[in-house]
Amino acid sequence: MDFKARAQASLADAGLQSKLASIKGKFVDMRAAAVRELPNFEAMREAGSGVRDAVLGDLDVWLEEFERNATARGATVLWARDGAEICRHVIEIARRHGVTKATKSKSMLSEEADLNAALTAAGIQPVETDLGEYILQINDNEAPSHIIAPVMHKTKDEVSDLFARVHQRPRKTEITEMAREAREMLRAHFVSAQMGISGGNFLIAETGSAALVTNEGNGRMVTTLPRVHVVITGIEKVIPTLEDLCLLLRLLTRSATGQTISNYVSVLTGARAAGELDGPEHTYFILVDNGRAGLVGTDFALMLRCIRCGACMNHCPVYQAVGGHAYGWVYPGPMGSVLTPLFVGIEKALDLPYANTLCNQCGVVCPVKIPLPELLRKLREREVERRLRPLAERLALKLWAWVAARPALYAAGTKLAVRYLRWLARGRTTIPVLAAVPAWTEGRDFPAPEGRTFRELYAEGRS
Amino acid sequence: MNAREDILGRIAARLNRSPENAARARERIREWIDARRAGPRPEVGDDLAANFVRRACALSSTVETVGRLDEVPPAVARYLAGIAVAPAAVCTPQVAELAWAGAGVRVEARAARDEDLVGITGCFCAIADTGTLMLCSSRASPAAVSLLPETHVAIVPVSHIVPFMEEAWALVRRELGALPRAVNFVSGPSRTGDIEQTIVLGAHGPYRVHIVLVREV
Ligand code: SF4
Repeated sequence: MDFKARAQASLADAGLQSKLASIKGKFVDMRAAAVRELPNFEAMREAGSGVRDAVLGDLDVWLEEFERNATARGATVLWARDGAEICRHVIEIARRHGVTKATKSKSMLSEEADLNAALTAAGIQPVETDLGEYILQINDNEAPSHIIAPVMHKTKDEVSDLFARVHQRPRKTEITEMAREAREMLRAHFVSAQMGISGGNFLIAETGSAALVTNEGNGRMVTTLPRVHVVITGIEKVIPTLEDLCLLLRLLTRSATGQTISNYVSVLTGARAAGELDGPEHTYFILVDNGRAGLVGTDFALMLRCIRCGACMNHCPVYQAVGGHAYGWVYPGPMGSVLTPLFVGIEKALDLPYANTLCNQCGVVCPVKIPLPELLRKLREREVERRLRPLAERLALKLWAWVAARPALYAAGTKLAVRYLRWLARGRTTIPVLAAVPAWTEGRDFPAPEGRTFRELYAEGRS
Repeated sequence: MNAREDILGRIAARLNRSPENAARARERIREWIDARRAGPRPEVGDDLAANFVRRACALSSTVETVGRLDEVPPAVARYLAGIAVAPAAVCTPQVAELAWAGAGVRVEARAARDEDLVGITGCFCAIADTGTLMLCSSRASPAAVSLLPETHVAIVPVSHIVPFMEEAWALVRRELGALPRAVNFVSGPSRTGDIEQTIVLGAHGPYRVHIVLVREV
């Protein structure tokens, strides 16, 4: 996964750049307005991260509690170590209940597992129903570029063209018309699918329930109409009580879209009760590890607090410049730059811990106070410790360390260097091109030194 | 090893579990659950109904207040006439007993179908903090009635408005004991912002949510 190459392609993509520029700040402003309304938002962040830490500190026991309560209400709880096991479970469930079509509301775990491809191969038709995810699916299964706004990289016109081509209907130009067309297309699937697949924003241990947050209503459709409902979530999603849900919802929706609450919050427990007129007859939970268990009790356990609000990417200057596809896997932005190396292996994502400026915008807005820059720095350290950095960089640092350990040599070297740079500047205050690091000066000028080193000036001041 | 034992085992190893500290952890979680601590909350003010109406309208619900329950069917008939929708609806069995026929509204109490244009429901309670309806699924209250039709009309007694979601859960515990299969919190018509982050009303759920507040029940 080469972030640099992808980022360069994104920067050169004029269409994407104008799209990024036009929406830049929208999420930021909406969040800011919602947070301004609350004098105690900081106290909420503090409390929210406390709840998440309490769960992660006893995660095994909380999961057992969740499993016991979910099972008592008639749901089946399954466990999956990785994406392949998720796919196997879902296909088995589908076969057991004679499922040929599954409607899906957004699930990042299903992206981690590449579930749609597996379902299709098994002869089961997966239908994405979140408008954004649907657009991606009918556009040849394109990858999402944001965890809550998956088609952030697409313009209205592109969607118009796509709909006209795929739906074979007259081209629409208004977003309301396009949304209606998608509604009509998907309604037929909602009422005919035998299985609904959803993610879960939270699992509530106390009651064995899944909490699902959506605006479009598709989450409610897939968990109400089909005979079978499958919830796929990460094991870290468990929270203790319904009171904790209230707190975390306040943080989640404000941080994500600036909403005081999302349109629909569904808390789903067990299967259809005797005499009920709708709801699934069978409910399954698939609790997924896929790299999470290994983080418990380590420095990176803090990352498991994440409630997937997207605020860190919305506020990240690098994300704002390159968009989500540059990050190469399911999760973009700062949270993705931490999660991807941890989940897929640090050696497969060497660029990502560097795909940021460590400016801490993400850390400041994260509703559960994850110190993202600190975690990114730790990942950089790991790359160095495991000798994964490029040879030239390692040699250069070795050389520098060797020189720095010899004060006389260091003093002479720096003296020479500043004089050379002074000469290069030729009276200007900046140097436009440095031959040794041409890439570095491509986007900025190097500030020219005054002509003498700090050590020289310091010695002069003392005398 | 099966996946469950493997995953839980690895977490336990990471947390240095021994029989003693696992027992202590179980005590800790019992205490946490029993304490049901509520976190910091926004301000909601004393006039819950006023706050509810303000918030609900801000989320694009429409609200009409009537004095008594028997005024509801005529109010709904007027509302449907106003938006030029035929006075025919699916309703939850819960609200089927009102005098709909007298007001000229044809209702059928059953689960919702794709072709239903209007769905009429009651509500378990409503939340002042966010202008939200809380609907609990049951035989008398099928979940899809508030979901499939383009217009959702909800009848909300003022006495059922609670300050926050926390009180709504307390009410469920008191009145229902266990959670119903589906608790749906509804805050206005369905919407999407997926295309160019421009919000439009009417995604997969209703285009309109009309709330009839009833002062005395
Ligand atoms: S890391 Fe924090 S800000 Fe980023 S998605 Fe997760 S919870 Fe939101």
